[in-house]
Amino acid sequence: MIQPLTENMPYTLTPGSDGMIETQTLEVSIGPQHPSTHGVFRMDCVLDGEAVVALKPVMGYLHRNHEQLAERMAWLGSMPYTDRLDYFNSMTNNWAYALAVEKLAGIKVPDRAEYIRVIMSELTRLLNHSCVIGFMLQDLGAWGTPLLYAFRERERILDLFEAVSGSRMMCNYMRFGGVRVNMTDENLATAKDIATRFPRFLDEFEKLLTNNEVLLARTQRVGILPKELAINAGISGPMARASGVDYDLRKVDKYGVYGRLDFRVPLGDIGDVYDRYYVRVLEMRESIKILQQALRDIPQGPHIAPEVKLRNFKIPPGDGYGRIEGPKGELGFYLVSDEGGKQPYRYHVRPPSFVNLTILEDMCVGHKVADVVVILGSVDIVLGEVDR
Amino acid sequence: MEVIEKIKEISAQAVPAAKIEIINSTPAAQQPALLVDREHIYAVAKFLKEDPRFQMDFCSCVTAVDYPSKADKPGCIEVVYHLYSVTQKQGPIVLKVRAPRELDQCRVPSLTPLWRACEFQEREAYDLYGVKFDGHPDLRRILMWDEFIDHPMRKDYVPPADYEWEPTPHDDTLQRAVQEGGIMPPTAVEELERAKKK
Repeated sequence: MIQPLTENMPYTLTPGSDGMIETQTLEVSIGPQHPSTHGVFRMDCVLDGEAVVALKPVMGYLHRNHEQLAERMAWLGSMPYTDRLDYFNSMTNNWAYALAVEKLAGIKVPDRAEYIRVIMSELTRLLNHSCVIGFMLQDLGAWGTPLLYAFRERERILDLFEAVSGSRMMCNYMRFGGVRVNMTDENLATAKDIATRFPRFLDEFEKLLTNNEVLLARTQRVGILPKELAINAGISGPMARASGVDYDLRKVDKYGVYGRLDFRVPLGDIGDVYDRYYVRVLEMRESIKILQQALRDIPQGPHIAPEVKLRNFKIPPGDGYGRIEGPKGELGFYLVSDEGGKQPYRYHVRPPSFVNLTILEDMCVGHKVADVVVILGSVDIVLGEVDR
Repeated sequence: MEVIEKIKEISAQAVPAAKIEIINSTPAAQQPALLVDREHIYAVAKFLKEDPRFQMDFCSCVTAVDYPSKADKPGCIEVVYHLYSVTQKQGPIVLKVRAPRELDQCRVPSLTPLWRACEFQEREAYDLYGVKFDGHPDLRRILMWDEFIDHPMRKDYVPPADYEWEPTPHDDTLQRAVQEGGIMPPTAVEELERAKKK
């Protein structure tokens, strides 16, 4: 027989203002050592139950003052350090820095070098996007499987990078006026092979993921970023395009030889996590198109401008800003040269993932704490670049 | 887009009180900048953002540059904004604003109310250069830790001998011990002297 609650049982609860049980918000610090933060990154969340009320990103755990290091050495000296900014995409980092310096010094890059740069950066985009999707699904709870599928493809691309530049991840490949070593016919054949095989991997990837019920349930209508806010907050790259912002620097600035290549810019409608996932998939398909055209059109010729003297390299006084469309967004370098001109007087990196974190709170507020992890995964950050 | 002289003329018409100057980039880069005085930078930026001829809705890059004083001219901290237009696909318009280097006077108006993109980047400029942005909603250090005292990207910054040194309750005792012939790590001695100067 069940004992009924008796009147003399001590049972005191202070009711809240709405007549329900009085509750409190809870402050939770996610990170800096947490598998979902992709490095040493911390989010100070204020939670009401499971819902996020406020969220402040905390960064700087990997800060090494990259900018000051660069201001204390010659112009070329910081090229290897740019590899360490976004260690997934060293090729595009190199290109952004080389492009900014070329802009300041007025260097013309030979055609073959421009094509090699396009090939390298599109391969980088393929490996970055496939891995980001893998990591995002890891955050969703699909432990390992999609990520290892992506890593399998990444390994082929990294093998090519190693064959060309001597290093898998820290490539240090671009130079002012071109690239360090020429690509051999053998390398180009490998790149062609990757470009032909990659669509098959993408088809398989999409078959597993795009209509996957778990992915749909966890990502659709989660972390919506409106178009106006995306422009106002300086969001760039696939994240802005998922919100419908038609702004791809490859189309707008037409740097390198992108003006000669035919490709489209995929855009999202809603700007939720699913759009960010799918825009990346479509971008990979466009990258393959660019790769095939570049591999078809690449001319013979010098791989670096012969008139550029890399030793004792000098830039006339003044400043300038050069930017490229990195896989994560607009990667820019603001450089100032002074009278001596042997080393940067001011060297500033405009990192895409740092600026893209500005609106993390706006996207997360109102969602459950489990969704925060997914939203952060869809922003695509690398802490080497955020903290510099 | 119009040449820089035209942009200067149009913005001077819109904000008549503003003192605007053109600063050239390197000859090859061809990105001349508009140097606006501190009182009117906000009005000029707002005009460039809202005017249908420019529509600078995308603030790409915000940073600061330190120019220590030389024999012939006083030093300054220069804050640089790179504006682009996503709608009209044009740019950049480079805005510069200068403030004195002294920490208590180093203030410029924040442009975060116009562009959210400035929020973290202005915090970074404050952290590394000590520029205070008036009107910034949340001006805190972002890359260095909160207890850090100096602004490390300034040209006259001297790095400490030991970054991890902290004052302890035993410092006085240890210093007395040194006077008595005891040993104290040389970095700690330097750091104590440094802390006393501040």
